[in-house]
Amino acid sequence: MRLLTFLFICLLTMTAQARGVYQQPADFIHDAFSGNAPAAKRLWITGDRKKVSREILGHPPSSLRLRYWGKGKRTAWILEEIGKEKPITVGIIINKNRIEKVKVLIFLESRGWEVRHDFFTKQFENIGLLVSQQLDKPIDGISGATLSVRALKKLVRLALYLHSQTDFSHVAP
Amino acid sequence: MGKTHTTHNYLNANDNDLHLDLFYVQFLSLNILTGLTRRRFKMKYPNLLSKSLLLSALTTSGFASAATPTPTLEELWTVIQSQQKQIASLKAKAAETEEKVEATGEALEQQAANNQASHSKTTIGGYGELHYNNLEEGDGDDFKEIDLHRFVLFFGHEFNERTRFVGELEVEHGGVEADGSPLDGELEVEQAYVELDINDTLSAKGGVFLVPAGIMNETHEPPTFYGVERNPVENIIIPATWVTGGAAISNQFANGIQADFAVHSGLQMPTTGSSAFRIRSGRQKISNASANDLAMTARLKYTGVPGLELAGTVHYQSDITQTSGDGADAATLLEAHAIWNRGPFTAKALFASWDIDGSAIAAAGGDKQDGYYLEGGYKLTKDFGIFARYNEVDGVRVQDEFDQIDIGFNWWPHEDVVVKVDYMDRENDNNSDRDLDGFNVGIGYQF
Repeated sequence: MRLLTFLFICLLTMTAQARGVYQQPADFIHDAFSGNAPAAKRLWITGDRKKVSREILGHPPSSLRLRYWGKGKRTAWILEEIGKEKPITVGIIINKNRIEKVKVLIFLESRGWEVRHDFFTKQFENIGLLVSQQLDKPIDGISGATLSVRALKKLVRLALYLHSQTDFSHVAP
Repeated sequence: MGKTHTTHNYLNANDNDLHLDLFYVQFLSLNILTGLTRRRFKMKYPNLLSKSLLLSALTTSGFASAATPTPTLEELWTVIQSQQKQIASLKAKAAETEEKVEATGEALEQQAANNQASHSKTTIGGYGELHYNNLEEGDGDDFKEIDLHRFVLFFGHEFNERTRFVGELEVEHGGVEADGSPLDGELEVEQAYVELDINDTLSAKGGVFLVPAGIMNETHEPPTFYGVERNPVENIIIPATWVTGGAAISNQFANGIQADFAVHSGLQMPTTGSSAFRIRSGRQKISNASANDLAMTARLKYTGVPGLELAGTVHYQSDITQTSGDGADAATLLEAHAIWNRGPFTAKALFASWDIDGSAIAAAGGDKQDGYYLEGGYKLTKDFGIFARYNEVDGVRVQDEFDQIDIGFNWWPHEDVVVKVDYMDRENDNNSDRDLDGFNVGIGYQF
């Protein structure tokens, strides 16, 4: 037991390295448009947009305007929301008003690490937004990761709503 | 009508000219202030231009008075040039305003980013719950109580990207006794550890932390579970909240598996008195805690399928009393649980069992202490859910051997606030006087 304890303490003193950045936002945008990303556009979060964004997030949006990238019927967004104590940075691609891809780019929370993996984010693919600003399919949570799951769901709802406010929003024929 | 009529008379033009006039009057109303347009039309329709300019001037002046002298072309030209200058000036101002708005937007974006960065260093949170119990014991005695069961403040601080502090300070039952006050609670540190990221998936922590066992021990904020009181299995068999001091490592694999291993202070189970061999009474408060026999805990947890959690824990301590020769020695806890969440439906199952060596504890019937529970919950709406739970507990004390049914509901007026109501019916295995039934009401929150 003494030896085990000693070895364990030695392990703690190993050189540590940072973690939490899984893809740089710029790289996500680059990949989203196959290396040919359009210039960033900006959407002002004022008036009704501010009101709806506040309803979705449960608090006022942190910025008066948001950058996004759009081409054809697709837009890409880099959004942040705090889970329990740290901001979670998420890249979201929307195509024809439905989620094409959700990727957690930066995750610094001490709990809820599962949400950054594909087995969780794949649930969002092809999901859309109801008139009530709720997702049109249920998302299964992860025990012990309630706040991180909640943060991702809010960001996906927000991205879908903001997409509908852009010129790239798809109008069904 | 009057204006049109007057205009027609004033122009006194033939029909063809009039049609052309009206068309170009409209055109010129839009473009009259651009020199290019003016020159182009003057060359093509020298007569029309003068007529149109006159018409424009008349319609904009509103025919203030028939007595007003007719402006000359030169005067009109002066007015137009003046308006051109004003428009040019307005355009310049609009461009300047656009630039200012853009700069303000950039500054706001930067400020938002800075605020987020500065906020991320130190964070404060918390949770708490107030309970009302209205219960009747088997012998007819009532148990009616209002209790501020927990009030917990959370503090986090990030030293740098790979090193952080997590702390929780808990006040139980309203406070601690001081100067003869009636307070009957505790003030204690529930968590106080420093965590280091060793690499992308492996982290280590040292300090006071929660033993990785069961469902409730690490995640027990009131809005996250059904029932006013925590389930009795994770009270009597797994002594949640089970706080310990030591060191731990945790590795998170990409397929959803998490492995934890901890070396930490062990239990110090009493061997005499009314709580002899009771697991819960063996918890030390990390206050000059005995460390003659450290304990080890290992856990494997799988959350690779959304909505599913499977976990198992093995805990071992070479002497659970930390005193040799007292008839209670090596102890092993095995725990396993499953959580299945699909849409509004949640199912939980947990089993935990202690196996403790020693003649004295065997004689007292405490060498095997175990329990399990099964719980089903269903959210009827986003804010309202019902549940039912069956608990079976086999502890060492007479009052710790029973089965219990709980049914009730949670109402979340906000996602971080919950109001709970439940009915419980406990049947003691040994003595019906120890039965307990009645209802509980609680309010809880987290932030």
